[in-house]
Amino acid sequence: MLHTFVAYVEDLPGVLTRVASLFRRLNINISSLTVGRSERPGLSRLTLVCEASSEAGHRIRASLFKLENVVDVDDIAQAPSVTRELALIKVAATGQNRSRIFELAEVFRARIVDLTSESLMIELTGVESKIEGLIEVLREDEGRILEICRSGKMTMRRGHHVSSVLKAMGAAEGETEEKADTASEDSVASGQA
Amino acid sequence: MGTNANTQSSNAHLTTPTRLTGSEILWATLVGEGVTDVFGYPGGAILPAYDALRKFPIRHVLVRHEQGAAHMADGYARASGKVGVAVATSGPGATNLITGIATAMLDSIPIVCITGNVSSKVLGTDAFQEVDITGITLPVTKHNFLVTKTEEVAGVLRQAFQIARSGRPGPVLVDITKDAQQGSAIFDFAAAKPRPYRPHPMLRVEASGLDQAAELIRNAKRPVILAGHGVIESCAMEQVRALAERAQIPVGLTLLGLGGFPASHPLSLGMMGMHGEAWVNHAIQEADLLIACGMRFDDRVTGTPSSYAPKAKKIHIEVDPAEINKNIKVDVALVGDLAEVLEQLLPRISGRNGSDWLRTIEGMKGAVAVRDIKNLPDLGHLYAAHVMHDLWRATGGNAIVVTDVGQHQMWEAQYFHHDQPRTLVTSGGLGTMGFALPAAIGAKIACPDKEVWVIAGDGGFQMTASELATIVQEKIKINIAIINNGYLGMVRQWQEFFYERNYEATPLVSPDFVKLADAHGIAGRAVRTRAEVAAAVEEARSAPGAFLLNFMVEKEDSVYPMIPAGSALHEMIRRPGRDPLEERADDR
Repeated sequence: MLHTFVAYVEDLPGVLTRVASLFRRLNINISSLTVGRSERPGLSRLTLVCEASSEAGHRIRASLFKLENVVDVDDIAQAPSVTRELALIKVAATGQNRSRIFELAEVFRARIVDLTSESLMIELTGVESKIEGLIEVLREDEGRILEICRSGKMTMRRGHHVSSVLKAMGAAEGETEEKADTASEDSVASGQA
Repeated sequence: MGTNANTQSSNAHLTTPTRLTGSEILWATLVGEGVTDVFGYPGGAILPAYDALRKFPIRHVLVRHEQGAAHMADGYARASGKVGVAVATSGPGATNLITGIATAMLDSIPIVCITGNVSSKVLGTDAFQEVDITGITLPVTKHNFLVTKTEEVAGVLRQAFQIARSGRPGPVLVDITKDAQQGSAIFDFAAAKPRPYRPHPMLRVEASGLDQAAELIRNAKRPVILAGHGVIESCAMEQVRALAERAQIPVGLTLLGLGGFPASHPLSLGMMGMHGEAWVNHAIQEADLLIACGMRFDDRVTGTPSSYAPKAKKIHIEVDPAEINKNIKVDVALVGDLAEVLEQLLPRISGRNGSDWLRTIEGMKGAVAVRDIKNLPDLGHLYAAHVMHDLWRATGGNAIVVTDVGQHQMWEAQYFHHDQPRTLVTSGGLGTMGFALPAAIGAKIACPDKEVWVIAGDGGFQMTASELATIVQEKIKINIAIINNGYLGMVRQWQEFFYERNYEATPLVSPDFVKLADAHGIAGRAVRTRAEVAAAVEEARSAPGAFLLNFMVEKEDSVYPMIPAGSALHEMIRRPGRDPLEERADDR
């Protein structure tokens, strides 16, 4: 089955290697990986999608947690969530066929973000099938697509959901940082007892 | 400079923030972490650190190969429970550590390896003796660090010690560039304290799980406790014993669990698994409840997972959440420190009558005993099993025994009975030949008052025999028993059983080990019959220095019973029914 993990990792050199190495070791292919800044300073948020057996989810999550630089891991599994991808698509377009592409873009609620006499660039966000759909219709005219740049998936749970780990770390905002420190000390103390 | 003066000055470093070089900070931090001994080998990129070493009250053991340094740190940790420390230079010095690091990783042993590296300015330029050791060791360390700034040395080292010894322990490597050693910074030991220990967020011991476990134990007719390395790592010997005695449950042990439950205890079944006692494996296959304590259902323990203990419910008490349901699916998982979990479980356990089940197992034992080579005469031959048995009797089982890997390791596990934890030091998970001699040096330095025996095969001993010189230089009293059968014995046994006796590349020519010892200034003696064993062992024990015994044992003996890889636990190859000691045609 397809597994989606959302992890908070320290923003340090080599951390991505450690995460990737875990999947390499398990001989699991990472089909999609998106990393960027999170709401917390010093922590990156990554969304990782991979194909693995249904029982593998527990072990992958537990193993990710064992990495020193990994702070939190959520196994999205079947939880209600929003997933998006971003695509930039450059297509060959001159005056004659431009308007047809504009129409397509409108149907897909895509935006034209660059326009020259020979080409234009389309920006599209959405679920994977929507992006595949636009690419498919653009491909119907051979040689039109010049470049495609696609992000991996970004996933966020729906509703109010804060993991116990992040809760223990306190709020993301800077002014409550002191409180956050105390909270983490507390959780440590109880863990060692 | 006197050692006492050194001690005072280094302790002063620990209490008053002082400006020191990175090299001084390195050793001062180790002193602060309680380190008294390190095992290492100098070289260009770690020379600044070595230059500062004499100012600190740390014993440095010069090894002959860096693999030895890692194994010594490992043996030191296994024998004492403290963190072992190995030091090496960059490049080949660092890569030579890897087998030792992987050995520690597979057996969850807390060691810290410190390597020098080229200056940060030339990192990544293929400079002389530069190697990406943090990259290389990533999969075989619990964590590793690259330190390029003097200010970070103390904090990173303290963090490394915490990671190595916390939770499920493991090896940590700290790679420190030459310029970080040469620079200076304010050293403030207290301020460099590691960030708070973060327990694995998936640890989970709930009252419902404890109740469920207690209920299963209460209703079990044929329960078995499986005690692993975690019993020793978590210091849960008392708790396991309390559980076994209160509920009258027999205890099987993994190789690394030996010593975690007294072998002489009436409820002890001995070792389980591939070369485990027949009755243990039968008991596991017949059991209706397994209580796994700090063990990970390794393939050497389970045989084919699909046919493992088919009638048993399983309770798994384990500190590493990633081990739950990894090899064997369990019914109740109590994920936490073993001693703590058992403390919570014990009040829920009341007395239980287990006599029927214990009697059944006793019956199995009786049937097996008649085949046991221990109970058979030697007829003038020297059997390794007899050597182990006699060694155990001579030492009263009080020695620390450090074994290598192969047949002798299994015979030791079968015939040397361990009543105390940390009296058997052996490479289980990685199965590292060459482990015994250096690990024994580490064990002896950790426990100078204990009697230490190396038991190694003629193959494995030659992998790290150069450490004999280390023994002499460090003036260490270690006794060495080489179980010499002229073969890579365990591989030969596999060839005998599974490759139609095609003994390809297993006959082994060795030097005269007694002369080899003599060349190092170590006394020794060859032993050819059982009648000589007791006197030779006594001679070794009473010799003032290290002593080597070369036991010329039966060449083609095999370890029985044996579960072929990929078979079910009860499908054992047994010692042949005919008199196993009668002369064979190929015997010379």
